[in-house]
Amino acid sequence: MPRLLGVDIPNEKRIEIALTYIYGVGPATAQKVLKDLGINPAVRAKDLKDDEVANLASHLEKNYPVEGALRRLTMQNISRLKEIYCYRGLRHRRGLPVRGQRTRSNARGRKGPRKTVANKKILRK
Amino acid sequence: MSRSIKKGPFVHPKLLKKVEAQNQKGSRDPIQTWSRASVILPDFVGHTFNVHNGRVFLKVYVTEDMVGHRLGEFSPTRTFRGHASKKDGK
Repeated sequence: MPRLLGVDIPNEKRIEIALTYIYGVGPATAQKVLKDLGINPAVRAKDLKDDEVANLASHLEKNYPVEGALRRLTMQNISRLKEIYCYRGLRHRRGLPVRGQRTRSNARGRKGPRKTVANKKILRK
Repeated sequence: MSRSIKKGPFVHPKLLKKVEAQNQKGSRDPIQTWSRASVILPDFVGHTFNVHNGRVFLKVYVTEDMVGHRLGEFSPTRTFRGHASKKDGK
């Protein structure tokens, strides 16, 4: 099995799909890269020639933020928002939705599992 | 949808005039403003704005990182002090 950009070992799928296993590469990027390098997108990942693999790796690394670099970029953007005390930064700090979604219900993805408050109803009366 | 590039960033005309006047004099007095929707331009860096949040004016010192954001983003309109604990509620 070919090894691309360190840890990613795409399997026996078509190369256009296998590439999407890399963090930061989706179907669109995968297809574009293959077109730029003139590689047949229908080839299975294991059937790629060595020079094609090397080409892919260097091309991706050079032209797109992928894997560690992309993760770092995202973290930097978030910490910038946090540092300048803007509204979005404050929402990131609090772990609440950043883009204006409701928080009365839902928003579980940001807030995590429900923290039930005991006797809430009785207290309100 | 984002704003048309043709129009350029929105800044309240009077606010822009005040900043430009200060830049010419080289002074850095706080500028009081209600214009929360104004985009922070590179010219604004180093100035201090008193941005209205609906109740009071909050002091906002503009740094380079803030360029492209809007003044209102730095002047929160809501206060949340946490949910009532058992003791508070009774």
